[in-house]
Amino acid sequence: MDAHAAADRDLREGPFGRVPAWLLGLVPLLLIALAVGAFAALDGPGLGERRGPPVEQLVVEKTKLEPGVIELTVRNDGADAVSIAQAQVNDAYVQFSGATEAVGRLATTTVRIAHPWVEGEAYEVVLLTSSGGTIAHEIAAAVETPSADLSFFGLMALLGIYVGVIPVALGMLWLPWVRRVPPAWLRGLMAVTVGLLVFLAIDAMLEGFELAGEGSQAFGGASLVLIGAVASFLLLTGVTRWLTDRQRTAAKAGASGTTLATMVAIGIGLHNLGEGVAIGAAYSAGALALGAFLVVGFALHNTTEGLAIVAPIARLRPSLGRLALLGLIAGAPAVLGAWIGAAAFNSSLAAFLFGFGAGAIVQVIVQLAPSLRDRQQRTLHPGSVAGLLAGLALMFATGLLVSV
Amino acid sequence: MQKLTRRRLIAAGVPLVGAATAGLHAVIPHSHPWDSDAHAAEAPGSHAGHDATTDGGHASFRDGATVDHRANGFDPHEVLRDFDWGKTRRLASGRVLREWTLAAYDKEIEVAPGVSFAAWTYNGRIPGPTLRCREGERLRITFANASAHPHTIHFHGVHPAEMDGVPGIGAGQIAPGGSTVYEFDALPAGLHLYHCHVRPLAEHIAKGLYGAFIVDPKDGREDADEMVMVMNGFDTNFDRANEIYAANTIGFAYMDKPIAVKQGELIRLYIVNVLEYDLINSFHLHGNLFDYFPTGTGKQPSELTDTVMLCQGQRGIAEWRFAHPGKYMFHAHQSEFTELGWQGFFEAA
Repeated sequence: MDAHAAADRDLREGPFGRVPAWLLGLVPLLLIALAVGAFAALDGPGLGERRGPPVEQLVVEKTKLEPGVIELTVRNDGADAVSIAQAQVNDAYVQFSGATEAVGRLATTTVRIAHPWVEGEAYEVVLLTSSGGTIAHEIAAAVETPSADLSFFGLMALLGIYVGVIPVALGMLWLPWVRRVPPAWLRGLMAVTVGLLVFLAIDAMLEGFELAGEGSQAFGGASLVLIGAVASFLLLTGVTRWLTDRQRTAAKAGASGTTLATMVAIGIGLHNLGEGVAIGAAYSAGALALGAFLVVGFALHNTTEGLAIVAPIARLRPSLGRLALLGLIAGAPAVLGAWIGAAAFNSSLAAFLFGFGAGAIVQVIVQLAPSLRDRQQRTLHPGSVAGLLAGLALMFATGLLVSV
Repeated sequence: MQKLTRRRLIAAGVPLVGAATAGLHAVIPHSHPWDSDAHAAEAPGSHAGHDATTDGGHASFRDGATVDHRANGFDPHEVLRDFDWGKTRRLASGRVLREWTLAAYDKEIEVAPGVSFAAWTYNGRIPGPTLRCREGERLRITFANASAHPHTIHFHGVHPAEMDGVPGIGAGQIAPGGSTVYEFDALPAGLHLYHCHVRPLAEHIAKGLYGAFIVDPKDGREDADEMVMVMNGFDTNFDRANEIYAANTIGFAYMDKPIAVKQGELIRLYIVNVLEYDLINSFHLHGNLFDYFPTGTGKQPSELTDTVMLCQGQRGIAEWRFAHPGKYMFHAHQSEFTELGWQGFFEAA
């Protein structure tokens, strides 16, 4: 111990003993900045001339159709600035406004093309760059993009309520029944809940990866989904631990069930936020086809989420207000998501949000896992396995209603 | 069929709920955030306001702009009536010897406003000079290759095999820095062409190494306002399909500024198709029909028509007079080519 202390003192009092610690921490940073500056000022000494032509990578992030106008929002995904010189629609040069200056790295520009497009027809828009390169963008079926007015936001809100708030609230009506079932059954129900959540997590990840594949890759593409998942997992874990610490100091008995229910609601809420973004985006992209039973199917599918919230609080007596709040936390983000998705869709953001939702669900699963334990402290026992499989099967079956 | 996903299908429910909000829309006063955009698009002077595709104006590149002809070193309006007769002297036998010097070199060309293309040229222009001579003369073409790539000049017409300008025969392909002389008799009278014949052939032609070659008949042709149009295109992204189509290289050049002609005067148009990557090309004239002389070799027109179809290397002479004043379009009758640049106006006065 003395030897350690001596070594510590030696380190502290070594050649830099008198220099403040913050300065020692700053020196490498300054040197790095200096080196980068010198490298840039000397134009990369030793690297010589750049080889090959500039790499032009433009990605169309958003398509908006108005009568007589096709508007594209384009992001430069590559390392070099890109100048858009001309535009073609279906093999014809067209007039357009915007993109008068070169688009820098990661920057976006909006091109408004005058073209008398016809509803339901397919279009290929080609942007011709100053080097003669082409960026082609397909519009599979032209349909006017809804304008973001009050009725539009009302519509999105209604859609979010239909697929988010109402189903979750309906699912929570199982509470009185859940209260009466014996403890072994309740463990089984919790297992069903975990099964539902596992399905949702997988679904959210896949949806996130699909979205990440579209649009710009410059912000990380598929890695955004994983980063989002890890970030939300860590954030929710941190929040849970913080809440638990506070409750301990307040010595509130039986609060853990409420906390758990809140966390489940937050997890599901984050998932529904991602779902809402995708719905709003699909709507504004014009991917519409009538099907009443699909809304009903989706509502049924999400009803199971309500069950997941009430299962942890089966033995408690939460107030109606508290229950309503839990329902809103879980369901209302679908409305917000629909607004974001419809008004400001960005596939990178959507992919991140889906990952974020998946991570939250995984965190909730980790939290719920202890409540599945039987008397021998096993998490996976015949009862819970049956419940998990039932949860997966339930989600799969109701999922079929919305994925023909 | 389009792949269906959850997200697409949930959107399917929207019309259902739409009915519910329609009432709301009618009752609550509101403004559309994007209304201002729509008005801006219609404002006079804005791009969309004088839009060519919807308002009936003529087709053009963006904002009716054209390329920098001075930087390119040639203007399609000058190429149109520029006939290069070379230099002549009389041989001891009394025959006329006509001489030209052609140099191949690499050059950046602005093929559409703001779009540059790494071209290969004869004498720095596309098409190369329109070489013109009289039937029976002795022709001597000195070819210097100042390009970074091997090239030749292959003439259409009657000549010995070693003067054919193809690799492996006669002088074969001319290495960068090298030169050769092609010498042969001007035969037969008609409209011909020349182009590089080095492999890969499509690339050496599409990059710009071609031009018109006119052999006038011994007894000449009737006086006329003579013009040459070499129908070509440019594959700027190297996908073996053209992004730009034109007569004499610059798309819409004769739209932005019509070709001025005199009403009632005989017009003689030398049409050559060198278009690469497309099987055919065509020439169509509005408001008139023309006498067509395929390859310009016969005295009798093959047809009185307003549309002729040509494969690569095919060429012919069209003759007509405008009976009425005004602007008359001409273009390829492949609408795609037309809309991608290959169209123009004659303006008769």
